[in-house]
Amino acid sequence: MTGQSSGPSLLSANVGRLKSRVGGCFLGSHVMFRDKVLHGELADASWLDVYLFGITGRRFSEPELRLLERIWSYTSYPDGRIWNNRVAALAGSARSTGNLALSAALAVSEAAIYGRGIDIRACDFLIRTRAHVAAGGELGPWVRREVSERRSLAGYGRPVSNRKDERLDPILTLACSLGLGTGPHVQLAQDVEHFLLESRLRMRMNYGAMAAALAADLGMSPREYYLYMYPAFLAGMSPCYLDAAERPEGTLLPLPCDGVAFVGSAKRPWRKL
Amino acid sequence: MEKASYIRSRIWLEEPEPNNPFACRAAYCHGYDVYGEMLGSAGWVDMIYLLFKGEAPSLAQAAALELLAVALANPGPRDPAVHAAMCAGVGGSPAAAALTAALAVGAGGSGGAREVLRAMQAWAACGKDLGAWQSYWSTPATSKDAVDAWPAAEHPAGFEPLGVTTTTPVKQALARLASLDANSRCAWLSTNLTSLEQAAGHPLSMVGVAAAALCDLDMLPEEGEMLFLLLRLPGAAAHALEQRASGHKKFPFYELELEDATSGAVP
Repeated sequence: MTGQSSGPSLLSANVGRLKSRVGGCFLGSHVMFRDKVLHGELADASWLDVYLFGITGRRFSEPELRLLERIWSYTSYPDGRIWNNRVAALAGSARSTGNLALSAALAVSEAAIYGRGIDIRACDFLIRTRAHVAAGGELGPWVRREVSERRSLAGYGRPVSNRKDERLDPILTLACSLGLGTGPHVQLAQDVEHFLLESRLRMRMNYGAMAAALAADLGMSPREYYLYMYPAFLAGMSPCYLDAAERPEGTLLPLPCDGVAFVGSAKRPWRKL
Repeated sequence: MEKASYIRSRIWLEEPEPNNPFACRAAYCHGYDVYGEMLGSAGWVDMIYLLFKGEAPSLAQAAALELLAVALANPGPRDPAVHAAMCAGVGGSPAAAALTAALAVGAGGSGGAREVLRAMQAWAACGKDLGAWQSYWSTPATSKDAVDAWPAAEHPAGFEPLGVTTTTPVKQALARLASLDANSRCAWLSTNLTSLEQAAGHPLSMVGVAAAALCDLDMLPEEGEMLFLLLRLPGAAAHALEQRASGHKKFPFYELELEDATSGAVP
């Protein structure tokens, strides 16, 4: 085999110690959070400020923090029918712990057609598209190729509704009031929607594109944006868990046996071939 | 009940007890009576194969899945997914948290289920064509590989990025699987192992063996990814329980080595 002796050396250099560029705790003394002291330089920072500093290594202004917090709260829906929220509700009904319920519901929020799967793709698309247009490229063919290659466009269209996304006007109004609603990625996101509506693709912008555009205008990379959005749905999940937990056990969305429409094989005798 | 409220399934049929529409009297998995006939006749791997593929496995398929299940059941406490489960166990986290921890870490593209999926996609693209494998690994990423939630692959899927030579358990597992069917992918992999490892630049890993075996079992990459996660849980569970009983004082906390801008100095 082609020797790869650097592998064991690299592993040996890391045995028994955790190397970190992001900080650590010195119990009984202090805590380093990146290059700052948590209970010193960051003592007055809000949780969101600290959270974003952990992800980006940068500090955000008060108006920016206000916008970024509202991006979460405007998409916190306490509706147990929504698939990720339903996980929290089912856990409540099954009398699981709240922590497990919310952890699983947030894990489920990394979906291909909504949530974190869309977030990172939407942000990536807008940043790449802006670079393409800035280099003199045409928007229409670029968008068509994107739709053709991926069979969808992250941030446009909506899984269970084709009506205008109810979150768009409130967040854009707030962003404009803070002086943060007219950045190049927001403009681009709107240009993409205009193209889609005027072409045969006919997809409306959804909150995913607008939120990604606002964050990109604040300098976030796709992966930073993806991590920032992790708790976005959380505020709507806890009430779903609690509501189900306070009702009689096992009564959330019960299915009678004939509530499962069987479309498989006819009955047959078991045999090991 | 409105039809829109129905869940559709080609896997599972339940018939109710006469006195309660919510209580199951008989359950059929792909047409087989689970409690009336399979119980006592079918093995665990028979049931797993049936659930995933919709048909009972042949004796050879059941033997291969049984072998793979034993090979994957416990990667051991040095494995990152098992380590994660032990972190849950040692602190007294719920059982589900231990398995969730093992799943989250064991899902990854480096030694985990996402790598299995990628390796199975490679098998689907290359089959038993050595030239195809060589060009598969030398082809640069396309625009389709633009950013997504999964970090980009950093080594050829199915091979050990930090290894030196093929380890003995990997060779033993591959040899056992290859001996079951001379025409299988495992047999071809065993025959061409040296050439493939030279092309990959790394020795074969257990992930690579699992991917070949799962392809031989006619699993789709998405099915293989799921099954790999499932089959590695027993070890994670057992080690989590072991550390829970052992206690946190016997579980290493490790030294911290701060780099770059961070400072361990007392301010």
